[in-house]
Amino acid sequence: MTAPAVARDARVRRFALTDSLFHALTRAAAILVLLLLGGVAVSLFLGAWPALSHFGPAFLVTESWNPVREKFGALAPIYGTLVTSAIAILIAVPIGIGIAIFLTELCPRPLRRPIGMAVELLAGIPSIIYGIWGLFVFAPFMQTVVQPFVIGLFHDVPGLSALFAGPPYGIGILTSGLILAIMVLPFISSITRDVFDTVPAMLKESAYGIGCTTWEVTRRVVIPYTRVGIMGGVMLGLGRALGETMAVTFVIGNAHRIHASLFAPGTTISASIANEFTEAVGDLYTSSLVALGLILFVITFLILAAARLMLLRTGHKAGA
Amino acid sequence: MMTFIRPTALAAAAAVALSIATAAAGNAADISGAGSTFIYPVFAKWADTYKKETGIGLNYQSIGSGGGIKQVIAKTVTFGATDKPLSDEDLGKNGLVQFPMVMGGIVPIVNVEGIKPGELVLDGKTLAEIYLGDITSWDDDAIKALNPGLNLPSLAIAVVHRSDGSGTTFNFTDYLSKVSADWKDKVGSDTAVEWPVGVGAKGSEGVANMVMQTAGGIGYDEYAYAAQNNLSYARMENAAGKIVEPSLETFGAAAANADWQGATNFHVIITNQPGDNSWPIAASTWVLIHKAPEDAVAAGDALKFFDWAYKNGKDAAKGLDYVSIPDNVVGLIEATWSDIKADGKPVYTVGQ
Repeated sequence: MTAPAVARDARVRRFALTDSLFHALTRAAAILVLLLLGGVAVSLFLGAWPALSHFGPAFLVTESWNPVREKFGALAPIYGTLVTSAIAILIAVPIGIGIAIFLTELCPRPLRRPIGMAVELLAGIPSIIYGIWGLFVFAPFMQTVVQPFVIGLFHDVPGLSALFAGPPYGIGILTSGLILAIMVLPFISSITRDVFDTVPAMLKESAYGIGCTTWEVTRRVVIPYTRVGIMGGVMLGLGRALGETMAVTFVIGNAHRIHASLFAPGTTISASIANEFTEAVGDLYTSSLVALGLILFVITFLILAAARLMLLRTGHKAGA
Repeated sequence: MMTFIRPTALAAAAAVALSIATAAAGNAADISGAGSTFIYPVFAKWADTYKKETGIGLNYQSIGSGGGIKQVIAKTVTFGATDKPLSDEDLGKNGLVQFPMVMGGIVPIVNVEGIKPGELVLDGKTLAEIYLGDITSWDDDAIKALNPGLNLPSLAIAVVHRSDGSGTTFNFTDYLSKVSADWKDKVGSDTAVEWPVGVGAKGSEGVANMVMQTAGGIGYDEYAYAAQNNLSYARMENAAGKIVEPSLETFGAAAANADWQGATNFHVIITNQPGDNSWPIAASTWVLIHKAPEDAVAAGDALKFFDWAYKNGKDAAKGLDYVSIPDNVVGLIEATWSDIKADGKPVYTVGQ
């Protein structure tokens, strides 16, 4: 072999070496995440086992949560978690999509960045700030203005009168849902805006070319094209709403009861844990709180997996 | 490929070990504790003065009583602090001893228009019936009978309780259990209970805020918090049938009249205590420490700090609206310290 060939071989070997080192490092990082996730799942399960084995499947469908008699059931927190998240999504999705449509289709160019950034800044506010604001500013407003008005408005209407029954405490399921709506709004609007940007200009221009209005282009072209991506954004927002702890803890009232009224205090899984873990004494009590955590872990995992799947499918579609 | 990872991992492990060792050396002299948030302001104030006098600091994490108990059992801290005393069985099982460190009062706070702080009088039975949902209006006969001079409105009572687990709730519900058989049967006492009525608010500030916002509201808070925020409190009728104002004197009377001598492990909850001058809802915080500590020096330092606090910390506690432990009780507590031994020798001798 000639001298240059030997030198080149050495260089190639060195490259191969750095490549495999890089490969190993990145793989180790990925494995670390899996190990952490697995570790969390295993320790949650082990921590929850005393409660799960003691109460059995009844744990999931029992409403009573009585630390004095050590009888625990997860139904009220599961209900509260699902209802507050549903309220948040119901409110945040139309507003979020509205923001995205405005920013991508209608907004004058100089305003795009300021408005987009303002929405994304909402995501940067720590949840404790939302909680304190919710308790000291928003809850009194709900209590003195919104709730008395709504109770008065619907008190004769069957069904709605039960859904909006007093007394107006200010805090409760609806207040939590509204604060969650504000918190998940930036997730939904920024993802929706990004997927709206993936709509090929040709499609939109053709629609405009045959005389469609902006509404028709949005309704018939943009939204159908990006439907799955929007769903992915909604799911991510939902995942966030399900797990949100601090803001909800301040305004939910932590009552382990299921009430027909949205104005009644309730509790969510994460709020129960945050409220009670610090002072929980006794193995069954702490174990029941960990079991709540396990339930939330499973719910969130399912939601996020669904979101990933949908985003993956949009990716294919946008690439096609 | 593993060969490439190993040196890096080793280096990282070595770096971590080194930093831990350095950190440990830096804080070696500090006393470590964790637990009750109720006692935290007092500990912080004491620790500040103690550090100036002796150079030994206190590293106290106010993570809540439950966390404090877990950490002291796991021996990650030298002592724990709890608002709910452990049972003799739990103490024995985990090799711990407990003694009270500081006391305070719990006061009912109300928001009824036209009624000034301290004007309203309540007794235990009425308070229990309000929290059970049996009394629902401020002009109920039971409340009227206690307040003949007051013009009580026909206003719904909005019950507010703590939403988070709390030593305040434990002492409040303990009092209700002592004065009402109905409460004891239906609800009981713990750091969190299954409330029959009302709305939960997080923390002392949450309860105060909720009561102040809601016309006809009633709640309960630590006296220290209520006093510093000028909340509208109610007076109480005590076990002796006398009407008392919440004050450091009446809390102190409750502490002094309690039967500490006859209790094992200082397991006395100072609610509904006898004595004309005793405030009925008083609370204490206990310190938990291992009976046979692994680190005798750390345990000795901690006891020395407690000894100093019992003797020199009274004014600081008073300034924060807490009650220090009466001298006769301190004598009883310190007498038990000779049982805290390492290698057969007490870790700290009082008067050293």
